[in-house]
Amino acid sequence: MSDKVTNIVLVGVGGQGILLAAEILSETFMLAGFDVKKSEIHGMSQRGGSVVSHVRYGKEVFSPMVPEGEGDILFGFELMESYRYLSLLKPGGTVVVNDLCIAPPSVLVGQETYPADMALKIQELCPDCLLVDGQNLAIQAGNARAANTVLLGAVSKRLDIEEKYWIEAIEKMVPKKALEVNLKAFQMGRGLK
Amino acid sequence: MKEILSGNEAIARGAYEAGVKVACAYPGTPSTEILENTVRYREIDSSWATNEKVALEVGIGASFVGARALVTMKHVGVNVAADPLFTLSYTGVNGGLVLVCADDPELHSSQNEQDSRNYAKFAKVPMLEPGDSQECLEFTKLAYEISEKYDTPVLLRTTTRISHSKSVVNLGERTDLVREAKIEKNAAKFVMLPGNARVRHVVVEDRTVQLSKDGCSMPINRVEMRDAKVGVITAGIAYQHVREALPEASVLKLGMVHPLPFDLIREFAAKVEKLYVVEELDPFIEEQVKAIGIPVIGKEIISICGELTPGRVRKAFGLPENAQATVEKLPARPPNMCPGCPHRGVFYTLNQLKAYVSGDIGCYTLGFMPPLSAMDTCVCMGASIGMATGAVKVLSPEERKKVVAVIGDSTFLHTGINGLMDMVYNKGAATVIILDNRITAMTGRQENPGSGHTLMDDPTNAVDFELLCKAIGVKNVRTINPLDLDECRTVISEEMERPETSVIITDKPCVLIKREGIFKAGAPLQVVEDSCTGCRACLKIGCPAIEWVPSSGKKGKAHIDPLLCNGCDVCSQLCKFSAIQEAK
Repeated sequence: MSDKVTNIVLVGVGGQGILLAAEILSETFMLAGFDVKKSEIHGMSQRGGSVVSHVRYGKEVFSPMVPEGEGDILFGFELMESYRYLSLLKPGGTVVVNDLCIAPPSVLVGQETYPADMALKIQELCPDCLLVDGQNLAIQAGNARAANTVLLGAVSKRLDIEEKYWIEAIEKMVPKKALEVNLKAFQMGRGLK
Repeated sequence: MKEILSGNEAIARGAYEAGVKVACAYPGTPSTEILENTVRYREIDSSWATNEKVALEVGIGASFVGARALVTMKHVGVNVAADPLFTLSYTGVNGGLVLVCADDPELHSSQNEQDSRNYAKFAKVPMLEPGDSQECLEFTKLAYEISEKYDTPVLLRTTTRISHSKSVVNLGERTDLVREAKIEKNAAKFVMLPGNARVRHVVVEDRTVQLSKDGCSMPINRVEMRDAKVGVITAGIAYQHVREALPEASVLKLGMVHPLPFDLIREFAAKVEKLYVVEELDPFIEEQVKAIGIPVIGKEIISICGELTPGRVRKAFGLPENAQATVEKLPARPPNMCPGCPHRGVFYTLNQLKAYVSGDIGCYTLGFMPPLSAMDTCVCMGASIGMATGAVKVLSPEERKKVVAVIGDSTFLHTGINGLMDMVYNKGAATVIILDNRITAMTGRQENPGSGHTLMDDPTNAVDFELLCKAIGVKNVRTINPLDLDECRTVISEEMERPETSVIITDKPCVLIKREGIFKAGAPLQVVEDSCTGCRACLKIGCPAIEWVPSSGKKGKAHIDPLLCNGCDVCSQLCKFSAIQEAK
């Protein structure tokens, strides 16, 4: 096992299920035999605020926070929040981002506008960017609420972890009645180029 | 067995393994999940107390009759519990007692950034500080051993990044040697009258000296020699950032941050060329190292304010920053009250009535945010009522009418009730609104003495707020539906006019409440596009379900997201054109 620590940053809006996705990632890495640390601030997460979760794995991990400019993958659940936290990513890092805009309060009340061309701006700064239509793919898998699992599948393809550990973690963390749809959604995400 | 646990989950597990019988707390971010996890172990009696002082007193009671007890709170909660804490230091314990205080550097979810390590020194109580979840578990168990060996309560300090970070933990089993409780009288130790306390004070001073000596050989205080050019004394989460940013540096990692192991510090200082202290918040370790005559660099390079990150440590040591993408300024995304939140109508009304709103701590503190913009003060738990009393003492009769205190059910029961008693007793003429949403919402929906259920899910008495206020002596107590804007405006404005204490109680539950049958969502609403004139009246309540859709060339229109709408109907009461109706 190399000493390299792999850094993943998950960002989005409170209520999107970011914390569960981060749990599944952490569980997978532990099952695969790595040291894992995960850090997030969730005091306000239920109330629509900006949410960031850091997940790091390797032979030995010290800080639970991804050092600024050392993120390997930015796992984005919403476009503006993904753009906001690009500074955590290393140059040449990878972005997997949900093609979704959620208006913040100032935009809802018409004081500000949602910034234009977020996806393009992300791609300009990070050419290795996969834009995922999470919602539609999840509907194809059988439930719009499985969008996060589609994204998780796409992220999994970009990490050198055996598929069986992902499946084992999903089976452990996802409620039984939603398992079939989520496994299908995961495979759809994994199949994305 | 290995599991990934948060610091809070690991502390709960540690308490279980240590044979703890009683766990008591008042919820507070980032400490809340500890008790939400002790409750999973049926061997532990877990309960929410009305406030942190009571929580500690419950723990003390269990300890004095021989059981091991866990008490948890956030940093500002220790201010509330400080009174029993300082004298508990004198009595010592019978069964081990551990008080977890969770600090919040960077103020992720707090009103100040106080450093609880100062309490350890002030109250003369040992304090352990874990640096990851494995240490959270181990240090909790060790804290019980220290507590009983040295006859002292032990503080276990975490910070948000320890409490809420997860890492891999090796679990153990619950000890077979669980202490049984029984009455053992010992007045000289447990009755702190001056004659007894004078004797105990000497014991406390000797204990601190002994712990400082013994700390030099405790494995949790350890020297890691690498390159001797740079030596860093550090503890807790700061240790992890130091290892990340300065992998070659020699480190003295302190597991016990009070009292400090001074001989070990001298030994380490002699081995390294240049000595640093890397610690978050106050120069707590630094000042004590300087006081024993050892030169050390600390707050010259590291800020007292905010939390540390690997990047901030790198910068402090003059290392180059990593290349980072720079992004344009974006609209902020602050938290907001939920769609259908029963607080929204009240704060809209207070804004319209131009009230001077004496605020408190809870979800409703978000009433400060635009467009509601209806909170003018927020200091600490329960403060709204006392502050309102103080303001009306000195304002002109005209301005006095503007003073309204707002306080949630749980906060009122925490420390607001004393303020209300004082207001009535001293004839304060202000209006108090108790926002009773049947739950302690901000920290993640915990039960409280008004909710009718305990932490262990037993049905129990629910405080009758109306009767309680009347018993205190409030003559004007009225209950309103906060989702009815006309009722809100009529009742609140009438009570603001009244030249004596009034209490208004709102009676709609939190929309996130888990227990079935308490919150019922209404049918989602929609904007009838042809009727919407684009007047923006509905936007004034700042509901996350209502979005302004601009239109080029002409006026925009409002749109309601049917997936977010809880059908509370407040927005439709603001629409003069009947453009907001039930979705078909």
